[in-house]
Amino acid sequence: MADSTPATTAQRWDYAPAPESRDIVTLRSSYGLFVDGDFVDPVEGGSFKTVNPASEEVLAEVALATSADVDRAVAAARRAHTDVWGPMPGSERAKYLYRIARVIQERARELAVLETLDNGKPIRESRDVDVPLAAAHFFSYAGWADKLDHAGFGSDPRPLGVAGQVIPWNFPLLMAAWKLAPALAAGNTCVLKPAETTPLTALLLAEILQQVDLPPGVVNIVTGAGDTGAALVAHEGVDKVAFTGSTEVGKQIQRTVAGTRKRLTLELGGKAANVVFDDAPLDQAVEGIVNGIFFNQGHVCCAGSRMLVQESVAEPLLDALKRRLGTLRLGDPLDKNTDIGAINSPEQLAKITELASSGEAEGAERWSPPCTLPERGWWFPPTVFTGVSQSHRIAREEIFGPVLSVLTFRTPEEAVAKANNTPYGLSAGVWTEKGSRILWMAQRLRAGVVWANTYNRFDPASPFGGYRESGFGREGGRHGLEAYLDV
Amino acid sequence: MSRVSVRKTYKLFIGGAFPRSESGRSYAVSSADGRFLANVAQASRKDARDAVVAARKAFPGWWQRSAYNRGQVLYRVAEMLEDRRAQFIEEVAGVEGLDRDAAGDVVDAAVDRWVWYAGWADKVAQVLGAANPVAGPYFNFSVPEPTGVVAVIAPQDSSLLGFVSVLAPVVVTGGTAVVVASEARPTPAVTLSEVLATSDVPAGVVNVLTGRTAELAPVLAAHRDVDGIDLTGVDPAASGELEAAAADNVKRVLRPPLHAPDWRADPGTRRLAAWLEIKTVWHPVGR
Repeated sequence: MADSTPATTAQRWDYAPAPESRDIVTLRSSYGLFVDGDFVDPVEGGSFKTVNPASEEVLAEVALATSADVDRAVAAARRAHTDVWGPMPGSERAKYLYRIARVIQERARELAVLETLDNGKPIRESRDVDVPLAAAHFFSYAGWADKLDHAGFGSDPRPLGVAGQVIPWNFPLLMAAWKLAPALAAGNTCVLKPAETTPLTALLLAEILQQVDLPPGVVNIVTGAGDTGAALVAHEGVDKVAFTGSTEVGKQIQRTVAGTRKRLTLELGGKAANVVFDDAPLDQAVEGIVNGIFFNQGHVCCAGSRMLVQESVAEPLLDALKRRLGTLRLGDPLDKNTDIGAINSPEQLAKITELASSGEAEGAERWSPPCTLPERGWWFPPTVFTGVSQSHRIAREEIFGPVLSVLTFRTPEEAVAKANNTPYGLSAGVWTEKGSRILWMAQRLRAGVVWANTYNRFDPASPFGGYRESGFGREGGRHGLEAYLDV
Repeated sequence: MSRVSVRKTYKLFIGGAFPRSESGRSYAVSSADGRFLANVAQASRKDARDAVVAARKAFPGWWQRSAYNRGQVLYRVAEMLEDRRAQFIEEVAGVEGLDRDAAGDVVDAAVDRWVWYAGWADKVAQVLGAANPVAGPYFNFSVPEPTGVVAVIAPQDSSLLGFVSVLAPVVVTGGTAVVVASEARPTPAVTLSEVLATSDVPAGVVNVLTGRTAELAPVLAAHRDVDGIDLTGVDPAASGELEAAAADNVKRVLRPPLHAPDWRADPGTRRLAAWLEIKTVWHPVGR
């Protein structure tokens, strides 16, 4: 692995810019909180700016919710649960959820452009993954709303009440859908706290909720940073807390709800192994490895950030991987040809930069393809570390960026041992042509999701969630209902 | 002149062996009406850590056994329980202050509960697993797998039926357990561990500690190699601190009930599901 240049250089075509028009999005200069069906000013009148990470342009001023606003939102959710949403037949709730799914589809392009502006992810991903999956989640859970008594949780499973939901910035709209759809289908009302760097699609979703005439208070959205989330999680009027984010914050939340009767589900960090065997279809594996770690700039809790490759194919695989990375296009996220977008915030960029430096300092070999970074905005080139040992920080800590650590193994047993050598357990990948080996590995990998000859695939019917310090509870499918039912 | 009986020494059950506490401590257990019954070992924090090591060591082997095999091993436990019915009646009657008939009912219910759980070994995956219809060329399926090492603070009141009802759901699906027996009524649990030692349950799958709940529960709640903790036998007022300690490694937590449970009621699948993780596999489909 000493030679850091690929054996051959792939043809890299220069494309004319093909930006998606941002005219489809009408940005307001400021956004209020969404409480009891209306956009309202925050009690204390504070606000914060949300910024396009690809240009550092301020997109809008967004209301900063304090505990007084969280009070109002929780009270509205409680009233809506008692008076409207709780007593409503499931068949009626279902129709609201179907409406939401349809309007997301109708306004899909607008949502995709807004997501890319606020988050920095390539339009190809927001358009083809985030938004369609968000619609699919509402559509899928809509059908559960009137079938809960057949879901295996007893003959008349009851909702928990008011759900406080705190979501991250990596898939802003999709995470809102993952949280809201099962909660609403099960008959709960919600107070949702989007991430402070990416509040805009949740607020556009609030407009959609108005368009579908969702009863006031059924969904409330309070924007803000960590303090707002902490106030929501600690609020006495909340019956259920659902959180997606870092393991560190997840542990704080678990401590906050300790000693209460609040129900809790956590979807936390990961350090997934993507295991490539010598019989794997190498070209396909290269695409999967790229998708595993460079999808969404690596801002993915289930990212395949540790590649475990069988020694005998390590060299050809790395050559092919480096060739492929040479063809990735980093730049304007709105350009339809862009593969790698912007890093979501300067704080995240600093974290990635620091961890990547530690990789070099600890003796791993760093490689990136020739890559010009735009002058404005926050960017990090796709990066591969070879010669990584299990004790290196880049092999143990979640980087949440486009940084791949490569380790090798000789036997399947060693692959399993290395893959499981982490306190996390969210996901894993296996690449082999042998079906029996896929299942042998799947049985032994201590992770909530195992992808075989694919990676980073999601579906509303497929339960998602972690083992160990990656959290507990599942999102998606019948299993996802359990988090919002009193069972 | 009547014969002088040979009395039993009540010990801990760790890794398939019956040690005294490494601390050398014991405490006196009395019957409900205040008679001296026995001195039992008073486990230390070190004993609790040793029990976790034993449970972790036993976990891979127990989990990898076939569900059918685990079901048979646990059924064998029920056979041994039934064999010792008279002894359990005497012990339960002593610590719980029940007459013989009432104690007999409790012991019968405990044996029946064990048989009920044993039968779940090869059924839980069909009830809690699924084949998921995803929009793509994948066979996508979800299976329940054991959480791993589970610490259990057993109920303080129900010394045998309650103990069985919290232990069996941990081990039937492949998990391993460190159980803290009822502090004031520990003797039936110790006798149950003698049953487990003679019924093909591999060493370390079940470990039983007797001692002070307030001393042992914090060690297990904070232990980084414990994956889940059942706080059923903890005073609800003391639960918050233990739950907060459990967050250090994101343990799965079963909180203490607000009201004393009716251990005779149908348990449902809640306790089974509490110690299971759902794994979802995307297997490619193609020619």
